[in-house]
Amino acid sequence: MKRREPLTNTQLLMSIAIGIFVVMYAAAMIGLGGGFMKFQQIFDLLNDNAYLIIIACALTIVMIGGGINISVGGVIGLTVMACALYLNGTGIQSWLGIITTLLLALGIGLAFGIGQGFLVSYLEIQPFIVTLAGMFLSRGLTTILSVDPVKVTNKTHEVFYAFRSTKIEIPFLGYTAANGNLIPGKLEIGAVVALAIVVLMFLMLRYMKLGRNIYALGGNQQSALMLGINVKRTRFLSYVISGLLSGLAGFVFLMHKPAGNASVAMRSEMDAIAASIIGGTLLTGGVGNVIGSFFGVMILATIQKIIALSPLNESWWQDMASGALLGFFILLQSVVLSGREKRRAKASAAKAAVLKE
Amino acid sequence: MVPTKKRGKSGSLSQLIIPLTALAILLLFNLIRDPGFYAIKVVTNNDGNSVLSGNLISIIDSASALAIIAMGMTLVTAACGGQDISVGAVAAISGAFFVKVANAGGTLTIGSVILGIVVAILGTIAFMMFNGTLVAVFKIQPMIATLILFSCGRSIAYWINGSATPQLISPIIQAMGMTIPGIPIPTPIFAVALMAILLGLVFKFTNLRLYTQSVGINQGAARLNGINPTAIKLLSFVILGVCVAVAAVIGVSRLGQLNHKTLLVDIEMDAILAVAIGGNNLGGGKFRLLGSVLGAYIIQMLTTTLYAMSVPPVNVKAYKAIVIIIIVVAGSPVIKNSVSSLVNRIRTGRKLSAAKGVK
Repeated sequence: MKRREPLTNTQLLMSIAIGIFVVMYAAAMIGLGGGFMKFQQIFDLLNDNAYLIIIACALTIVMIGGGINISVGGVIGLTVMACALYLNGTGIQSWLGIITTLLLALGIGLAFGIGQGFLVSYLEIQPFIVTLAGMFLSRGLTTILSVDPVKVTNKTHEVFYAFRSTKIEIPFLGYTAANGNLIPGKLEIGAVVALAIVVLMFLMLRYMKLGRNIYALGGNQQSALMLGINVKRTRFLSYVISGLLSGLAGFVFLMHKPAGNASVAMRSEMDAIAASIIGGTLLTGGVGNVIGSFFGVMILATIQKIIALSPLNESWWQDMASGALLGFFILLQSVVLSGREKRRAKASAAKAAVLKE
Repeated sequence: MVPTKKRGKSGSLSQLIIPLTALAILLLFNLIRDPGFYAIKVVTNNDGNSVLSGNLISIIDSASALAIIAMGMTLVTAACGGQDISVGAVAAISGAFFVKVANAGGTLTIGSVILGIVVAILGTIAFMMFNGTLVAVFKIQPMIATLILFSCGRSIAYWINGSATPQLISPIIQAMGMTIPGIPIPTPIFAVALMAILLGLVFKFTNLRLYTQSVGINQGAARLNGINPTAIKLLSFVILGVCVAVAAVIGVSRLGQLNHKTLLVDIEMDAILAVAIGGNNLGGGKFRLLGSVLGAYIIQMLTTTLYAMSVPPVNVKAYKAIVIIIIVVAGSPVIKNSVSSLVNRIRTGRKLSAAKGVK
């Protein structure tokens, strides 16, 4: 009989996150009913948090590699502002305009990714400080571009506005309205992009050489070096990917809310870090999974939705609830992981004792 | 066990080169740009007291809260190998404690203010112990552990307050936040000096520096040598708590009101930056408080310089980022190594040529 392989830490922490999401959502369905009974609710969570899902993936990849990137929120802010100005100004009034805007967004993200990756991996500067500088730079550049909010409207760029308003309708996940009409489930393009990114990054981390190198790098840099992995290049690429993803997240944000201002995606980097942690990524590196981070985002979003629908609808209650939730997950991980380690140590000690005899 | 002081000092003196150079360049830059930048005048303020005024005074004064928090952050960084990102949010909580107790009787008296400060310090220590327990006992990375209070600390402050922005209007608060009548130097500067002297005395008469560094360098080895890493880590958080409470009291009394959303906002980032600019290793181990304090003054000097060059406040961040990158690149291990190898090559080259000359 084949022995079942034990769950890895990554899988265990991720399963806990998924389990809690399911329990929480079921509790909301029973307790609050209403919106939670419709499938559209899940679509809305995806639509509203598409950008967060993308940067949570970006953070997860960097964190698996043993780094951190706190500039993602700033890069989103800069991208949204730059793209909004471009669309309103010289943006080509056709489909080409959307493509050039996307390229602009990716270009900004790529520039930040390359710059930060170079400083972190080749000059060996602390990632926290480098990306903190990146955050300051991107937020500063955003206000240099424009202090006032910039809105993309139907008049300033018709094609983009039409593109962003396009929703993918899925009839069988819809619901019947009070007047008997069937309202199909509506998913925004940004949400589809976010889901695609989750799948792509999952496959990249799991099956591509780069992905496996990132795990090796975060697990133990010395061993990775001795295995012949180009540690510097791997780390550099992990920052480049996270930069690109934050640029893409900026574009997705612009599609969801077509306006740039100085406070776009403020502090979203911390939400993304929290989501990654809830999903089972460890800041120490080597452990984590983008699927877990996706559920981390969904857990945070569901908690906020639940509080918004409950009588405690005040922003400080939301903060307290997400803080408490985060604390719970962090403690849970610590207890679970240390318990496993102890058991493992005991098992290996027992084995050693048997061998001695 | 008496720490061998000389070795420790000469070993880490070189880490002050980068911050001192940065400070010197900033000072020189301002001297060339506008010598009037350094003018210090005696002016009479609204209450009829004569006080010192000028850019230098304002830099040292405004950096007070940051300098104090940077000292505590240095200790936590050294002991735990990570940073506390909740200091800004916890400062809002300690501000709330201070205002609540100081205002409890309806009127502010010296007694109630002192009681408020004491309660603020104790309350902040309690919250910092929460962070410290997660880090020291549950072995959670400091940044992750403090993310909890980072995300909900300001809401807790709001909850303690019960109302949005309590006001504190009293000559006592003014004396604490601005200047004491008769003394021309702003009071927060004295608070920094007091904290620096206190910590200096602690390091002088206890082995805390040695213990903290050994826990930061190798926790296991420290434990085998009879040092309790958990206690040292908790102690570093307690000291940070005291620093945060003092900084919060300065912040509240400077404005005469408590806004839980804006009190010392983003100070955690600046404090970590100050620690890094001061040449301390963010991964723990050896540290110099003086470096972090210098880092705090560099950051404030940079901000004030940019304001003096009429850069709009919202844009300051971008320029700040560029200067930070220059400073950290100059201090990066790769650059340091290549510079020292270059220096060595020049030296050996000289020796060789000198030897040739002798021949």
